[in-house]
Parts: sequence; structure tokens; C-alpha cells
Amino acid sequence: MRKYWHVLQIGIQNTLSYRVNFLFRSLFGLIPLTAVLSVWKTIYSQGGGAIAGYTLSQMISYYLVVTLVDMLTAVAEDDWQIAADIKDGRISQFLLKPIDYLGYRLTLFAAGRVMYAAMAVAPVCVFILLQREHFVFPSDAATWLAFGLSVAMTALLQFFVSYTLALLAFWLQEVSSFIFIVYAFEYLAGGHLFPLDILPSWSSRLLMMTPFPYQLYFPVNVFLGRATGAELATGLGIQAMWVLLAWGMARAMWRRGIRHYEAVGG
Amino acid sequence: MKPPSQPASVPTESPPPPAPALGWSRYPRIYGAMWRNSLVREMGFKANFLLWILVELLWFALQLSFFSVLYSHTDRIGDWTRWEVVLLVGASHFIQQMFQAFFLVNCAEISDLIHTGKLDFMLLLPVNTRFVLSLRKVDLGAFVNAASAAGVMAFALRELGRTPSAAQVGGFATLAAVGILIHYSLMFLLATISFWTVKAQGIVYGYYNLFNIARYPDAAYQGGFRRFFTFVIPMLLVSNVPVKVLAQRLTEPLDALWLLIAGVACAVVSEIGWRVSVRRYTSASS
Repeated sequence: MRKYWHVLQIGIQNTLSYRVNFLFRSLFGLIPLTAVLSVWKTIYSQGGGAIAGYTLSQMISYYLVVTLVDMLTAVAEDDWQIAADIKDGRISQFLLKPIDYLGYRLTLFAAGRVMYAAMAVAPVCVFILLQREHFVFPSDAATWLAFGLSVAMTALLQFFVSYTLALLAFWLQEVSSFIFIVYAFEYLAGGHLFPLDILPSWSSRLLMMTPFPYQLYFPVNVFLGRATGAELATGLGIQAMWVLLAWGMARAMWRRGIRHYEAVGG
Repeated sequence: MKPPSQPASVPTESPPPPAPALGWSRYPRIYGAMWRNSLVREMGFKANFLLWILVELLWFALQLSFFSVLYSHTDRIGDWTRWEVVLLVGASHFIQQMFQAFFLVNCAEISDLIHTGKLDFMLLLPVNTRFVLSLRKVDLGAFVNAASAAGVMAFALRELGRTPSAAQVGGFATLAAVGILIHYSLMFLLATISFWTVKAQGIVYGYYNLFNIARYPDAAYQGGFRRFFTFVIPMLLVSNVPVKVLAQRLTEPLDALWLLIAGVACAVVSEIGWRVSVRRYTSASS
């Protein structure tokens, strides 16, 4: 376990040099968020109270919590770095070292998220503060606890999915187009664009059968108190199942990939 | 321009080497060569070429689906109806893809060229450096995606029951070209920040967020945000104004004039920024 502690420290030191980058990225990210909120405010101002069960405040809170969860769990550079490690043959050294590559990358991912959140937390919180009349906090500690648990599982799920996709680099020259295709589906089915339950109920039910909602939509719902009681417990169970499944996929991909691997130029 | 005088030692009977074309006339030929290079490069990875077209199509469909969900809950955003917004999303995708076809990869690679010192080579070429930097690669797949955007626009116009006149199509094309010029000028300006700091590599991609604003109807914005993205960074003009011309709903002709002024202003600022920045270039330590 000690060695992963060192990896974490190295990871944090490496990402320290990207502080300004992280700050800019989070600031730039607030621009499209403002745009989406403006569109919704305009629609709500045209009359009519709730839309698909969302009041204006609930709708705005939804997008704000999406930003929050995204800040804590989104995979940023990790998948490109993993694919590059494989393509450039750098992965060979990990086969010799007494360290597990998945554990190593997961630790680096955690370090990257900690640093990114540290830089992004100020702009995001100021932004939320500006929208505070519309922002609803969870009322009880149990919700906070469930939210924390769900966010942790979201981060793991995000990471395992990205890791598995990046390992396609064992077989393919170029993996970024595949990563972007999966990301496009995640963007819609994960609830980035809009809350899934404003869709016709048959299509939102269909989407809930995929892992994508558990990569973002579910923890946001927990925060907003839209998943409670038995629904919350089932949701957490399903999310845990997806995490385990994705972890199994990641392991299986790695085993097959390593057998296929020829160190290029190494 | 006076050709350089021959050194005295050259024997007079040998034919003089073909004089290189010095004026503007060589630029179309150079650009033609860049197109051929790009075509050869893309055709080397055909599957990848097709996959990237698919990626862009998916994201375009995603944007359309977002508005289709919005309009399942409302019948207008400000004074924009459903098919007018589809026309807007199509037009802004068209403008973005045309920008991508000519400029995006080139702008994105500038910071790498600076940090690896490869810019030395470009500076030594006997052509305008900004010309090479801006246009050396052409993204051919983006033309396919621009065509799909044009298809969506044609469909939206039919649903609106509006047939634009030749003058309106011409006006749209001109204003769309100004929009592309604005995107290019601003992104090139951002890329020149790489002359000042290594840490700004991701900043060029940050510009992508601005495409998102251009896609929404201007009526959705109010207050300072709207003024800032109209008068300082004219994102609310680049797609909205051309679409208004096409959909015959340009109530403020001043908008079109302002877009033209903004285009010129962005181009000038971008050129000044480039000239000031390139003077700082000291090559990479090698």
C-alpha cells in the first residue's frame, strides 16, 4: 500500500504544473453552463410552472450539481495517457515492476482529480453562489452520505470504462475516435445535456438499463433528493454492480491485451 | 521586385536557374500542394477518416436532440420557433465544420511547434509564416460534415416554408465566411499565447466552449452575458446573424453591419497579437 502512497504524491506533484490549465479549463467550462441555464430561464419565464416535474430552481440545481459531480469524477487526460503508454511501448516497464498498472493508473487518476477539484472548486463555488436563490442543498446527513458513496462509485465507474477503452490501443493504432463515440452516448444517456426524466418515460426507462446514468445522472438525483428510500437503495446496488462489472472488464481487457502486446521499439 | 544579382563567378553561358515566383502568384500553387498532402495523409488511414466523420455526426445529432427535447416541452425560446432553431443549430455546425476544415488542426498544433522548436523551420520558409501555420493541413472529413449540416438547414427551411432568394443565400454565405474569419482570428490569437507560456497548451481547446454559445438563439441571453458575447467576443453574432438573413427575420440590419465590423476588428487584433508574439520566439532549447 505504501508504494501507492508514493504514486499519489508523484501524481500530485506532476499535476501541480498544470494548475493554470485546470483553472482555465474550469472557467471556460462555466461558459456553456451559463448558456444552458439562460436557455432554461428563458423557457421558464415564458409562463407555465413546472416542466416535466422540475421547477426552475430544481432545473438549475440539476445542472449545477452535474458540474460539481463532473469536477470530482470526470476522466480528463488519463485515457490518452494510457493509450500513449501502450503505443510508445512504455508499458513494458510496468511488466517488470512490482506494481499493478490498474492500481497505478487509478492512483494517478485520484491525484489528478484532487488537484483539479482544488483548482476548480473556487470558480464553481462562486458560480453556485451567484445562483444561490435556485440552489437546493440536501437537508439531512443520510443524503450527504449516500451522495458521497454514489460519487465515489461514479468516479470508479468512469475510470474503469475509460481504462477499458484506452486498452483498445493494444489492438488499434488510433483509439480516440472510439473514446469520443462512447463519450457522445455517455453525454446524452448520462444526463449531461438534460435530466433524463424529462424524456418520455419509455426512453428514460430504457436508458436506465445502461450503465451511463450511473456515471453521472444517479448521484445528481441523490443529491437533489429525487432518489429516496427503496429507490435509493436499489440504485446504489445497481451502481455497485456496474462498478464491479466494469472492473472485471478492465481486468479481462488487460489480460488479453498483454498477451497480444509486442513492445514496439522497446 | 528586382531579382538578386548573379555572383560574378557564374559563367555567363550557363542558363540562369528558373527564377522563383516571388509575388502572390505562387500562393495558390503552394496551397494546392498542401491540399494534395492532406489528401494523401487522410487516405493513409481510411477507417480512421470515416470514424471521425461518424464522431462529428453523432455530436451534431446530440445537439439536435437537445433542442428537440426542449421543444417537446415548449413551443418557442424567446421569439425562436422549433424549425428556426434547427436552422440555427445547422448553420452554426456548418460554420464550425468549415472552420475546422481549414484552420482547427493548424491552430491546435501551433503550441507544439513552438515548444519543440519546429517553428524554426516554418520561419525559414520563403513564404508568409502565418500562411503556412494557418493553412498547412486541410481536414477533408469536415467538408462531409459541413454538407450534412447544409442538409439539415435545407430541411429546416422547407419545414419553415421559406424559400430564400439568391441574394439571401449570398448574404448568408458572406456572413458565414465572416463568422469563420472571426473564429479563426480568435483561435489563432489564443494559440499565440503559447509564445508567452508553456502552461497554456489546453487553452486552444477551451475555445471549443465558445462554439456552444454560438449555437443557441440570441433571445435566450440577457444582460451582461449577452452584451459581452455580442460586443467583446462576438459569439452571439457569428451564427445568429447569418441565420436571420436566411430565415428572412433580420429585423435589425445593423446586426449584419456589426458582424462585418467585428470580423475586421478580430482579424486586425489577431494579426497585431501574432506580430508582437512572434518577436518573442527564441526557439526551444535543444
